[in-house]
Amino acid sequence: MFIVLILNFFLMHLAPGDIADTIAIDAGGADEEMMDAIRKDYGLDLPIWQQLLKYLAKVVVLDLGYSFYYNISVTDLILERLPATLLLVISAQLLAITIGVVLGVIAARNPQGITSHFVTVLALVGYSAPVFWTGIMLIIVFSSTLPIFPIGGLMDVSVEREGLAKMLDVLHHLVLPSITLASIFVALYSRLARASMLDVLGSDYVRTAKAKGLSEFLVVYKHALRNALLPVVTMAGLVFSGVISGAVLVETVFSWPGLGTLAVQAIVARDTPTILGILFFSSLVVVVANLLTDLVYRIIDPRIKTSDD
Amino acid sequence: MTKQSATSTLELEDFREEHPLVETARMYLRNYSAVMGLIILSLIVVISLIGPLVYSTDPFEMVWAPFTKPGEQGFILGTDYLGRDLLAQIIHGGKVTLAVGCAAALLSVFIGITIGSLSGFYRGWVEEVLMRITEFFQVLPTLLFSMVIVALFGASLPVITFAIGIVSWTAVARITRAEFLRIRELEYVTASRSVGARNIYLIMQVILPNALPPIVVQATLMVGSAILFEAGLSFLGLSDPNVMSWGAIMGNNRQYILLEGYILMYPGLAIFITVLAISLVGDGLNDALNPKLRKR
Repeated sequence: MFIVLILNFFLMHLAPGDIADTIAIDAGGADEEMMDAIRKDYGLDLPIWQQLLKYLAKVVVLDLGYSFYYNISVTDLILERLPATLLLVISAQLLAITIGVVLGVIAARNPQGITSHFVTVLALVGYSAPVFWTGIMLIIVFSSTLPIFPIGGLMDVSVEREGLAKMLDVLHHLVLPSITLASIFVALYSRLARASMLDVLGSDYVRTAKAKGLSEFLVVYKHALRNALLPVVTMAGLVFSGVISGAVLVETVFSWPGLGTLAVQAIVARDTPTILGILFFSSLVVVVANLLTDLVYRIIDPRIKTSDD
Repeated sequence: MTKQSATSTLELEDFREEHPLVETARMYLRNYSAVMGLIILSLIVVISLIGPLVYSTDPFEMVWAPFTKPGEQGFILGTDYLGRDLLAQIIHGGKVTLAVGCAAALLSVFIGITIGSLSGFYRGWVEEVLMRITEFFQVLPTLLFSMVIVALFGASLPVITFAIGIVSWTAVARITRAEFLRIRELEYVTASRSVGARNIYLIMQVILPNALPPIVVQATLMVGSAILFEAGLSFLGLSDPNVMSWGAIMGNNRQYILLEGYILMYPGLAIFITVLAISLVGDGLNDALNPKLRKR
């Protein structure tokens, strides 16, 4: 995390132009004296290491600066948009893992069967299709041709809804974006689940379970699945930063009001503090997600104790 | 040496070992989907290189009314929101898309091999530091980071290529490191070391050539992901405005999804087929280069 911050800081300084330039342009021009005054206001006249220390000290108390485009503090701005992104990312991950594991298990139980081939093809297609293109195709089919789902947004703003109705409305809007985002990762998880399930089904303890007369269903879903899930969970943690990247594109396609659309708007507006703040926060999300993955891992596999890897 | 009879030379030739590359090629050609991928990919490359010469309509020129439907007025794929020929854009865009994809993949393979081989060869604190850096780049949300780089340093092709290459080398670094860790303990490396080979010679001439097969596979797949990455950046509007690429066509026409979906469909389809072909080639290479890994 610390490295992200320092990198952030230097990116800000490496970039041509500074805040004073931006403000000057917005104000329609300024003379040297005014530029100096602005630079002094923002502490830009100090030596670079002092600026770095100041920046780090501010981030510790979650002060990421001020968005001069939106005119509120960057932290507030990000916290306002974060829930939408988390909702999208988490639902897409859960959807992808569920579908992926189910497909993988079915494929593993019959390695030469039709599901098995389907998983292989799906893995290739899911990897190769640009995620924003998948989203656009879904919009064309399910929003434009058959108007089943809304084309975008978080909720229907034309009608005031409260409580349950509002929740259902958000869910209705969530369907297409989360399917789109999940589509890249379903393939990954199903291939992984298939491989690890095949491994586990060939192991001795599964044969023992079968030998003592347990039903096929119990053996597969109680004994084998638990162990076969481990690589899937590991992968879920590893690809989390990829999910965030995908979310940026999916949010843009579906005008989902999350961090991704905010990042794109901020880039168009050249709002550097906001962009860097988003980079910082999304790295934070990935770190937290990895910690959670470790926790889930321990629940599934109690043999793993703390402190040893 | 004694003279050999004609018959025994013939027998020797029969049992002569195939050159490894020939063997690989033969195994590759036995794999139908991999051959398919190679044919499609070659076709795409040929069209992208020669196509602009044959189909010389300027992709930036307004040729007819905006949103002309495909097939009307002789425009096979219709026109975009500015009335530019969509087919011309796709044909001309292929070159840039493929070039950025290859250049970015090359850059990341170069960074990946350097970091992976150094940390796998020297171990100790070098490995510790380099693997920390690798972990850092794995945690970083790559697309956001590239967006920041392109936004700060301007959307030109070199910056975009750099922005893609700098975030996608981690997989290569890990694979290279793992191979180096395995190979450095093998006897022929020890033998080479015992006759006084220097470290740089060991890395470049002894270990690296033997570590290449999985790296080659990963590099192939990386061209595909770099193309997807470039498309994603362009789709978000972070493309060089002076050149046409498939992602840029989609980004330019993003607002008109509901009005005229086909404008967004065709370039996306082009990306999809290209990346699919590259994945097939990568899988085929994987099977041909690492036959031992093919279990099921």
